[in-house]
Amino acid sequence: MKPLTDSAVARLQTDMQLPDLSGTRYCVIRYLARGGMGTVWLVEDTVLLRRVALKVLDLVSPAEDVAERLLQEARILASLEHPGIVPVHDAGTLADGRAFYCMKFIEGHTLAEHVAEKGLRERIRLLERIAEPLDFAHVRGFIHRDLKPENIMIGAFGEVLIMDWGLARVGEQPESGTSNSSRSRQGRSRDTLQGSILGTPGYMSPEQARADSKVDHRTDIFSLGAILWFMLTGEAPDKESSVGLPRPLRAICTKAMAADPGERYSSAGAMNADLAKYLTNAPVGAYRESWFERAGRIYARHRVAVVLLAAYLLMRGFFILWSRR
Amino acid sequence: MNKVLFGLLLGAVLGAFDGMTAWFTPQVRAQLAGIVIGSTVKGLVAGILIGLFARKVHSLALGIVFGLAVGLVLAFIVAQLQHGYYLEIMLPGGMVGLIVGYATQRYGREAQPLRT
Repeated sequence: MKPLTDSAVARLQTDMQLPDLSGTRYCVIRYLARGGMGTVWLVEDTVLLRRVALKVLDLVSPAEDVAERLLQEARILASLEHPGIVPVHDAGTLADGRAFYCMKFIEGHTLAEHVAEKGLRERIRLLERIAEPLDFAHVRGFIHRDLKPENIMIGAFGEVLIMDWGLARVGEQPESGTSNSSRSRQGRSRDTLQGSILGTPGYMSPEQARADSKVDHRTDIFSLGAILWFMLTGEAPDKESSVGLPRPLRAICTKAMAADPGERYSSAGAMNADLAKYLTNAPVGAYRESWFERAGRIYARHRVAVVLLAAYLLMRGFFILWSRR
Repeated sequence: MNKVLFGLLLGAVLGAFDGMTAWFTPQVRAQLAGIVIGSTVKGLVAGILIGLFARKVHSLALGIVFGLAVGLVLAFIVAQLQHGYYLEIMLPGGMVGLIVGYATQRYGREAQPLRT
């Protein structure tokens, strides 16, 4: 008997994971990706005749609350209607007992693939567009807790979407306290996840790595800083790899990734504001510049005006010398 | 600061500075006060005109051209009154107009609509 090749084994494993879509409006087209909780399939919606993505729980579920967590992810996504957050169309349980939810199929690239061909300013603007939906979620009391380049998609039209809210939970709202709508979901989502370490090393805040129960939205600020670092250096956060990085940008990353949450930006919007200042050559709040740097920044910001004034003064000087001949 | 006020102030400051440089010319040093006052008034007038233009027309190129033209015309009038010094008066005058034209387009706040 011939032994099975690795590729044959992999294919068998994929086939075993194939969801039983009998009785649903979907039929499988192909495998898309694997997440922590389940597998994402590209499926055809046979009623609306469109392609959508179906996230289905793994066949062998390690814990009973995983199905509830998947549905919780779908509910969180459904409650966050924002152009930067992937919309959910449907959720439920398949004939084989596995929980699923259906979402928009995003054709595009992950941030890691997309960012390589972009310039510095475009990268910063891209991060601003990641921070916007994140801030939107934070204001509504949700924390993502697994932000990383692989979980950010750039769509075919350049739209930026935050994906994989599988580890998201309801936290404290940054400013106005917890809303009634989020409070109603709070008990369930907190109970399932407390005490366990969930996240991705390198992009996970120190308090999240300690499985601290007091993790709040600032854990996402840490991840956002780590993503900025990755986007600017092309490498995972590491202080040694900052060569060539402008100091204000390095300071923004450092502030966002401070070990103490109290020293980080209070919100993704505040971090965005600092990045916007950097882009317009305005003073960045996270960085105390020297007089020399300030002069250079002011010159960069008002280059034409400075050149015109200098030309005027030179001309005046020339006339003064000429009149004394 | 709105564009008209900004143009007025910048025109006045540059005009005054322009006038004060006459101190370096011994032949006209005796009339320095008159030159400074005249140059400042010229700068004020140019600043108001250029500021009003910037409030109506939002174009950097047109703003610069208009500023240069206003600066040159006003400087030409002054040079006519002086019966000479055309180059020494018109070139800096045109330059001041150009700077004010650029600055009022680039900086200065748009006029806010009245709230009822």
